[in-house]
Amino acid sequence: MKFSNYDPGQFYDELFESRGVPRADAQTLIDRIESLTMPELQRRQRAAQSALFKMGVTFNVYSDDQGTEKIFPFDIVPRIVSASEWATLDKGLKQRIEALNQFLADIYGDQKIIKDGIIPAELIESASGFHKVCMGLKPPKGIWCHITGSDLVRDRNGNWLVLEDNLRCPSGVSYVLENRRVMKSTFPQVFQQVPIRPVEEYPGRLLDTLTNLVPDHITDATVALLSPGIYNSAYFEHSFLAQQMGVELVEGRDLVVIDGFLQMRTTKGLRRVDVLYRRIDDDFIDPTAFRSDSLLGIPGLMDVYRQGRLGLANALGTGVADDKVIYAYVPEMIRYYLNEEPLLSNVPTYLCLDPKQQDHVLQNLDKLVVKAANESGGYGMLIGPHATPEEREEFALKIKANPRNYIAQPTLDLSRVPTLIEDEFQGCHVDLRPYVLYGKDIFVNPGGLTRVALKKGSLVVNSSQGGGSKDTWVISE
Amino acid sequence: MLSRVANSIYWLNRYIERAENIARFSDVNFNMSLDMPMGMVQQWEPLIMTSGDRTLFIERYGKVTPEKVIHFLTFDEAYPNSILSCLNSARENARSVREIISSEMWEQVNNFYHFVKDAAKSDKVPNWPSFFKQVKLESHLFVGITDVTMTHNEGWHFGQLGRFLERAEKTTRILDVKYFILLPSVRDIGSTLDELQWAALLRSASAYEMYRKQDLQRINPTAVAKFLLLDPEFPRSIRFCIHWAERSLHQITGTPKGTWCNPVERNLGKLRSDLDYLMIDEVIGTGLHQFLDALQGRINNVDDCVFKMFFDLKPLDMINGG
Repeated sequence: MKFSNYDPGQFYDELFESRGVPRADAQTLIDRIESLTMPELQRRQRAAQSALFKMGVTFNVYSDDQGTEKIFPFDIVPRIVSASEWATLDKGLKQRIEALNQFLADIYGDQKIIKDGIIPAELIESASGFHKVCMGLKPPKGIWCHITGSDLVRDRNGNWLVLEDNLRCPSGVSYVLENRRVMKSTFPQVFQQVPIRPVEEYPGRLLDTLTNLVPDHITDATVALLSPGIYNSAYFEHSFLAQQMGVELVEGRDLVVIDGFLQMRTTKGLRRVDVLYRRIDDDFIDPTAFRSDSLLGIPGLMDVYRQGRLGLANALGTGVADDKVIYAYVPEMIRYYLNEEPLLSNVPTYLCLDPKQQDHVLQNLDKLVVKAANESGGYGMLIGPHATPEEREEFALKIKANPRNYIAQPTLDLSRVPTLIEDEFQGCHVDLRPYVLYGKDIFVNPGGLTRVALKKGSLVVNSSQGGGSKDTWVISE
Repeated sequence: MLSRVANSIYWLNRYIERAENIARFSDVNFNMSLDMPMGMVQQWEPLIMTSGDRTLFIERYGKVTPEKVIHFLTFDEAYPNSILSCLNSARENARSVREIISSEMWEQVNNFYHFVKDAAKSDKVPNWPSFFKQVKLESHLFVGITDVTMTHNEGWHFGQLGRFLERAEKTTRILDVKYFILLPSVRDIGSTLDELQWAALLRSASAYEMYRKQDLQRINPTAVAKFLLLDPEFPRSIRFCIHWAERSLHQITGTPKGTWCNPVERNLGKLRSDLDYLMIDEVIGTGLHQFLDALQGRINNVDDCVFKMFFDLKPLDMINGG
């Protein structure tokens, strides 16, 4: 029995209630795995990896001077989310995105939330993603965050918590779609027996979300996906999504602003672009409005956008909500804008700019995770319990020098999923990134990217830090 | 279609075709060397002479040996026209247009690249004849997959244009190989050895059997040159390639055949028409090598015009200034 030695331990296990007792929704899968020999499972694992490699599902690592693409390691044991759990997540995420969207409209408009004393003005102004140049923008249909990928985790008791919101250019959805394709050939029988909700609707929904931004009087609209190019770590995904949606994939050098419109250079001359799904951060998109040293962007794009002659997803300036200090205020935003209690909680967060909280952080550095407010991808963080005294000392100095830039959170015992490592199943920590689209209404794709920390005991799931991924099965009601 | 995308599809096809042709040269030379009298090394030199990169070779390797030439032409990553470099460039181009080409095409380019890359990384020297055969097959597979999985739209025609221009150019070089082969002495001309070399040359263009069907006499240089230059139906002959390149060009622009409205159409049309009415005796009269040299120049000129007409991304101030 492959799982007879599998010990869920002190953690919340996504597939097992306790040792030897699978959760109800996982029973069929566990039975199927038990019916296969270990060499057969390993063969399927290799076949899945190789299929992903052949499809070119790879990512580039910035620090790798070889410039080679790597495959995001894939594990064949999926994470399963029950129908009732998903219903809660679905509602909670919709509520959260609605509040964040209202926050963005407010912060670049009347700033009522500041005037009413909920969030201090200096916090907004000092957020790295806040751009004064975006003040007064009126994006089409009042939508700012069309595509969001919030990171969720579960604690030791199985409670879902929001770790961060990604409102700039969240990536990873291509893995969700390709992992599913591979899983269907890995466990075809299980798919026949278990009602797993499909994820394949995403590209069509994404296209709807984008065409929703086309002004009503335009009938021959051109939608394009703007990528930094083939050396970007997420290029595979840019290309994949453009292909799945049937839209143009463009780079900055393909685009030019002429006569007040954004146009692309084609073999038959210039052609107007109406909606841009941009996968370039604000800082780089228009050198005349943001960073002047950007070679990726299109000079003058901001003016076209301000004139309402271009739809952009996501809107410019959304990065302000990705600041981890601003994140701490999301529950307040939900109460303020929607007059509701948050359905999904944040991870408890200490703001180092508050002297009292900073004291607490400095005294408990060995128990906390400290994060830079404006970094992502697992960079610029300290995992207290795993750090050396020297590393902690170094972070303490950083915090004191720039308290605005640091937050701290308790080290969470992330939930685990059995994962095939060599010839046995080990419990590995996971998180979950569902993808949320804001078009005519808000849509949460039933599934998401489950990232798994493949190093034993590791809590870091980022692809750039040795993490892998799993398919996520949402069970239908 | 985006200019950048058209450019990438064009080069994707050129690079795959180039890799195939390098395998063709090398394969035939490898076979020829087996028929040669012992101790001859000079038949490897024509290979780098015709590639036009002799200077670079001498700089990097010094003396010509079979092993060095084969390594240079197959796995040398610093040499931009080696098979590996071509595949690398083809793949980079394919990667940048993945959403335009079919996924089967991308998978084939990717497989092809990994096949050559793995062979290059391996400690073992490949079995060259089977390696070159595989390179040709992988290229044919790509062409076939392209033909049956990609819509024959503007992008596809840019691919065809690139492939046929590249193939025409490489066939001029294959024909030119013979010019550089120095025979041991004058009495070898018309000898068995001479005939062997012409047969090998035909084989490198997969033309031996088709040539035989055309012409029942013994292999002679004029007939071979005529076949590879002017045959209207053989798919690697230069005239055939130029015809098909022109067809795709007119599909792209929509200009009626026989007329022109830009320099690409004019230059390519003139070239096609020259080949249509050319007699092989005229070619031999001017000298085959000189003729091929001029032909390469004209093909390269068409390529320049294609670049300026369709791909060149003009700087902003030039556009704004009219």
